[in-house]
Amino acid sequence: MIQLEHVTKTYPKASRPSLDDVSVGIEKGEFVFFIGPSGSGKSTIIKLLLHEVTPNRGKVHVNSRDVTAMRSWKIPSFRRQIGCVFQDFRLLPNRTAYENVAFALEVIGKTKAVARRVVPEVLELVGLGGKEHRYPHELSGGEQQRVAVARAFVNRPLILLADEPTGNLDPDTSIEIMRLLDRINRTGTTVVMVTHDSNIVNQMRRRVVEIESGRIVRDQARGVYG
Amino acid sequence: MRGKYVLSEVMVGLWRNVTMTIAMIITLAVSLTMLGASALIFTQVNDMKAYYYDKIEVSIFLKPDVNAEQRDGLRAALDADPLVREVIYESKDQAYEKFRTMYADTPALIEAVKPGQLPESFRVKLKDPERYQDIYTAYNGRDGIDTILDQRRLLEKIFGILGSVQNMALVAAIIMAVAALLLVGNTIQVAAYSKRREVAVMKLVGASNWFIQAPFVLEAVVAGVFGALIGFAALAVGKWLLLDGSLADLTNLLTPISWGKVMIMLPLMAGVGAVVSAITAWVTLRFYLRV
Repeated sequence: MIQLEHVTKTYPKASRPSLDDVSVGIEKGEFVFFIGPSGSGKSTIIKLLLHEVTPNRGKVHVNSRDVTAMRSWKIPSFRRQIGCVFQDFRLLPNRTAYENVAFALEVIGKTKAVARRVVPEVLELVGLGGKEHRYPHELSGGEQQRVAVARAFVNRPLILLADEPTGNLDPDTSIEIMRLLDRINRTGTTVVMVTHDSNIVNQMRRRVVEIESGRIVRDQARGVYG
Repeated sequence: MRGKYVLSEVMVGLWRNVTMTIAMIITLAVSLTMLGASALIFTQVNDMKAYYYDKIEVSIFLKPDVNAEQRDGLRAALDADPLVREVIYESKDQAYEKFRTMYADTPALIEAVKPGQLPESFRVKLKDPERYQDIYTAYNGRDGIDTILDQRRLLEKIFGILGSVQNMALVAAIIMAVAALLLVGNTIQVAAYSKRREVAVMKLVGASNWFIQAPFVLEAVVAGVFGALIGFAALAVGKWLLLDGSLADLTNLLTPISWGKVMIMLPLMAGVGAVVSAITAWVTLRFYLRV
C-alpha cells in the first residue's frame, strides 16, 4: 500500500536531513503510528505521502503509484484517494459543518445531489448528527476535528493520513477521536498517524514506528510509546 | 452548479477589493483605448496610401528651351521604361488651362501668369509608386529636363506625422499596459490570499488545477472585458466629438474613418484585454499558488 525505499529528504538550507535513508512498508488495512520528538522528521513522512514535498533520494510508492516521479497534473486525482486530518483542523470558518464536507465533494466535481445523500451519512458516522448546520466556531475542538475526519473520509479514501490529530484536544476528546479513527480503520482504510501523544499510542496497541533525528529507531507490531 | 459556483466566486472576488478592481479596469481601459487608437491610425494610413498612391504621379518638368528631339526622346524612353505604367504629356497651354481652373477664384494670380510661362511636363504614373528613386536617378540630369517632382514626397510628410502619432499612442498603450498588468497581478494575489484557506482545502482534497485557478483567471478576464468596453466607449466618443466634430474639416481632407472600422476595434480590444489579463493572472497564480 505504502512503500518508502531509502528515502532521504533534506530541506533547503537545513543542516541535516529530516529523513535519512528511511525504508518502511505499510500493508493495506494497517494502522500505523509514527512517533518521535518534535523535529524528528515524522511530519515529513505525511508530506512525502501527499506529494507536498519530494525526496532528494529514494522512492515513495502510494497505492502502487510512484509518487516520486509523479507529474504535477496527476496530483489532484492522486490526492482524491487519500484523506487527510491535521492538528489545526483546517475547516473553512464561514461554512457550516455540512458545507465544509460538501465543499470537499463539490470541488472535485460531485453534484449537490450526491452531497445531499452522502454528507449527512458521514456526519452521522462521526457522531455529529444534528449539528450539521453549526459553524466551526460554534463547535468544540473535538467536534471540529470530527468534521475534519468526516471531510477526509467522505470520499471513502484508501488511505487516511493524520498529522497529530489530537494535538489540540484534551485527553478525553483525544480518545474519542481515536475511537473514530479506529472505526474507520476497521472499514479497511489504511490509517497512518503521526503523533507524540504517548497516552494514545499506549492505549491503542498498534504498530509503532519510532523516528529519531530522521532515522527509524524502532518498528514494533503492537508497540507502546516507550 | 460548477458554472454558477465559479461565476459567483468571480463576482465576490471583484467586489471584495473594489477600489483595486476599479483601478485595474481604468488602467486597462486607458491602455486599450490607446491600443485601439493606434490600430485605427494604422489602418487609416494604409487606406490613405492605397487611395492616394493610386492617384499620385511623378512630374518631369522640361526646360523652357527644350527641343523637339529631346522631348520625343524622353517620351520614347518613358514609354519603353518597365517601371512606368502611364505617361501623359502636358503642354504649356494645357498647363495654363489647368492653372486657370485651379485658381479660378483668385484672378490676381491668373493675371500674373501669362500663357507660355508655365513649363511643359510629362506626368508619369509608376507601376510601383515606391520606386520613385529609380526613375529619379534614371532621368535626372538628362538634357531638356528641368526638375523631377514626386507628389509622393508630400504625402509621406503627412504619413510621417500620422505615423509618429500612432507610435506615441502605442508607447502610451504599452506603458499603461504595464501598469494595468501589475495591477491585475496584484489583484489576483490579494484574491488568492483572501481565499487561501479554500485553496488549501481544495488542493488537499484533490480539486483539479483548473478548478482552483478558474475563478481567479476569470476575475481578470472580466476586468479585461470591462476595461475594453470602457476603452471602446472612449474611442467612440472621441470619434464623435473630435473627428466628426471639431476636427471634421481635417478628417475630410484625409480620408474619414468609418464607424465600421471603429466597431471592429471592440472585439479587438476586448480580445486583447481578456487574453492578456488571463495570461497575467495565470502566470501570477503559478508563482503564488503553486498548485
